[in-house]
Amino acid sequence: MALLSGILFGLGLALSGMMDPARVLGFLDPAGSWDPTLAFVLGGAVAVSALSVMLSRRMTRPLLANRFDLPTVTRIDRPLLVGAGLFGIGWGLSGFCPGPALASLSLGLPASVVFVIAMLIGMVPHDRLRRSTKAAPATSGRA
Amino acid sequence: MSLPFHPGEALAGGALIGLSAGMLLLSIGRVAGCSGIAARLLGRPDGDSGWRAAFVLGLLLGPVLLELATGRSVTMQISASVPVLIGAGLLVGFGTRLGSGCTSGHGVSGLARLSKRSFAAVSTFMVTAFLTVFVVRHLLGAAS
Repeated sequence: MALLSGILFGLGLALSGMMDPARVLGFLDPAGSWDPTLAFVLGGAVAVSALSVMLSRRMTRPLLANRFDLPTVTRIDRPLLVGAGLFGIGWGLSGFCPGPALASLSLGLPASVVFVIAMLIGMVPHDRLRRSTKAAPATSGRA
Repeated sequence: MSLPFHPGEALAGGALIGLSAGMLLLSIGRVAGCSGIAARLLGRPDGDSGWRAAFVLGLLLGPVLLELATGRSVTMQISASVPVLIGAGLLVGFGTRLGSGCTSGHGVSGLARLSKRSFAAVSTFMVTAFLTVFVVRHLLGAAS
């Protein structure tokens, strides 16, 4: 299921044009010749995703696992905002976010390889730090 | 330099991404967050490594399958230089971990769950991304 889910994700990114950093940057540039594609992609994705969320709330457990394992943290804290802010700067500089960057590896362009390696290196210090402070109550959750 | 806008393909592609997130949620009860899935594969293997690796493999196969099915190639234009790509990659990697998600986890899944944290995160990264592009393209005057 995860493989199929990944394939659909990659198909969707490729079909919608979201793997192309030029298109993403076109969306992020309303002062230039604005490209509305990203809004349509995100809108379509959120709409379909929301239907499955509604369906999931009527289920006591997912089809192939014992429980839904979803983020439970609700507090809007500084790490969330600082992290999102830094991510936005990197996204704006390159036009790459993690999903399309990973998917683009299959096309074998050297630039996406460089970006993904840097991205993976950037992920390490935070996770190391969190592992070493595991004794403290967790304040950070996924998405 | 503007690319042709295809609203149908954008919506259909978006729907496929939403379907992908829905499938992961309804089958194994997990969030399809690309940054988290990639980052956790870097750590010690655990019981979740299997589905995460399968998801990433699928992510790589998707574009290739589209090319095979439609016979047209997926285009990418990357204008950033290597130093910028490295800096941006480090920021994206670190930022998505600190902020617990990216465009997929906070955007596609978080907004759909009406998560306040995700609304805050998406608004924040959209604002800094718009500002960054404005500064680079219009204040520093990089070729666009």
